[in-house]
Amino acid sequence: MSLTTEQVLRIAGLARIALADGDVEATRAKLNGIFGLIEQMQAVDTSGVEPMSHPQDVAQRLRADVATEPDRREAFQRVAPQTEAGLYLVPKVIE
Amino acid sequence: MIHASLTELRAALDAKRISSVELATLFLDRIEQQNPALNAFITVNRDGALAAARAADARIAAGNAGPLTGIPLAHKDVFCTEGVLTTCGSKMLSNFVSPYDAHVVALLKAAGAVNLGKTNMDEFAMGSSNENSHYGPVKNPWDATRIPGGSSGGSAAAVAARLAPIATGTDTGGSVRQPAGHTGITGIKPTYGVVSRYGMIAYASSLDQGGAFGASAADCAQLLTAMAGFDARDSTSLERPAEDYAREIAAPANDKPLAGLRIGLPREFFAEGMAEDVRTAVDAALDEYRKLGATTVEVSLPNAKLAIPAYYVIAPAEASSNLSRFDGVRYGHRAAEYRDLAEMYAKSRAEGFGAEVKRRILVGTYVLSHGYYDAYYLQAQKLRRLIAQDFQAAFAQCDVIAGPTSPTTAWAIGEKADDPVQMYLSDIYTIAVNLAGLPGLSHPCGFGGGNLPVGLQLIGDYFSEARLLGTAHQYQQATDWHLRRPA
Repeated sequence: MSLTTEQVLRIAGLARIALADGDVEATRAKLNGIFGLIEQMQAVDTSGVEPMSHPQDVAQRLRADVATEPDRREAFQRVAPQTEAGLYLVPKVIE
Repeated sequence: MIHASLTELRAALDAKRISSVELATLFLDRIEQQNPALNAFITVNRDGALAAARAADARIAAGNAGPLTGIPLAHKDVFCTEGVLTTCGSKMLSNFVSPYDAHVVALLKAAGAVNLGKTNMDEFAMGSSNENSHYGPVKNPWDATRIPGGSSGGSAAAVAARLAPIATGTDTGGSVRQPAGHTGITGIKPTYGVVSRYGMIAYASSLDQGGAFGASAADCAQLLTAMAGFDARDSTSLERPAEDYAREIAAPANDKPLAGLRIGLPREFFAEGMAEDVRTAVDAALDEYRKLGATTVEVSLPNAKLAIPAYYVIAPAEASSNLSRFDGVRYGHRAAEYRDLAEMYAKSRAEGFGAEVKRRILVGTYVLSHGYYDAYYLQAQKLRRLIAQDFQAAFAQCDVIAGPTSPTTAWAIGEKADDPVQMYLSDIYTIAVNLAGLPGLSHPCGFGGGNLPVGLQLIGDYFSEARLLGTAHQYQQATDWHLRRPA
């Protein structure tokens, strides 16, 4: 498998990472090296094997649907790039 | 005092031969002298440490001291520390003063341990050499031209150079065991789910696990005991009763303290790829284990070779999802100029993340994108099952598995920096353990070329941490590799 330039640009778009024009080719080459390593997986027949997401195969814990966290808005917004009146500010999305 | 074990430090503090403030000052001064050359710390927490030490002294005077009260330690900068800069080795978090404590940090604070500072690391714990840190590479205390290993390289270098007696770390693919091996100290990653991930900045959530560094297995056992425990805030934390991981740390009962212990040697770990100097040190360590009464048996992990490819699907996939939270809105870096929201995200992330982090996000984004999930993520999770089953088959024949921690000793800074695949392959012996979720430990077992430390890895079945630590302790009672210090 080998990624094309278009595919690299599409992935970067999905990942919301700006790629400078001059970096696209180098990024593509490095990613293709990594995918060369990953492709070794495809040689193994895993039909009938259950995928494993947690080594203990534990069930997801449930809890009552009640608020457990205290309100610490001020402390948490102190580290935000831009806030106003308790809100996070971002560029205008809807005209 | 600088080279004392935790047991010796505890005795000195309890007998008032030294105060916690004096002890913290000793280590803080040492950090001030040596850190400019080593770059093991990103943040030195002098005022916070001295305040914690004063509180510890009051607790000791009142007779309320626990095992770690007044003991200095360092935290890997992946753990959130309230009121203290928490960068995760990234430019993205270069201004992030955490508003809360990680569970591990809160436990150690409550135990009265004194946080000296935050240690350097590969950005977002992605790396095997510590060269991926925004704050510059950490130097190996045994040879400043060499890497200390990664991603917890700062914690490992700090303990090896005795800038801290113990330190926390995290291990997603070997990030505690590999740097412990390269710096000549002991490090343990417990069974997945034993240490809470709450406040531990996420890389690959199904693999990330907190761990402990110390000069010896005995010191690691004490730190791990204080770090572990169920936490409802981590959805994969295991509900198990608290354990004393030092319960098998005991003086040798006789000259064969390990009689009856069966050590499995995976054929695949002793095949090609291991450097000769590593092999010599590992073979000598196995001879020592046999002298202590253990027997060795060959076992096989036929799917172990698939661990690296499977890991480089699962870890990037989970990273691409976890790191989507860094969007320049709620915390972290935001680009100075942008035309709209989309450009704000894309520029903030392009500027805030380093090259390796971006690569892994891109790999993860691709393997999770429409039409590729089954071929990559699902296939990798199936291989994960096969790898875990291999270990279970091996544990039918042995009690612990032993082998090298890494195929070579620490390489030169810059040597693999431009070749991600070569870097990935250096974790060949550690990654399968994370995929299976098993506990693993690395302890020093000698020196290779250039007087660089060699680590021996011990792998145990689920929840066998106490046994791994007890086994390594018996080895350390009969040898002195763990007492060697860099010049």
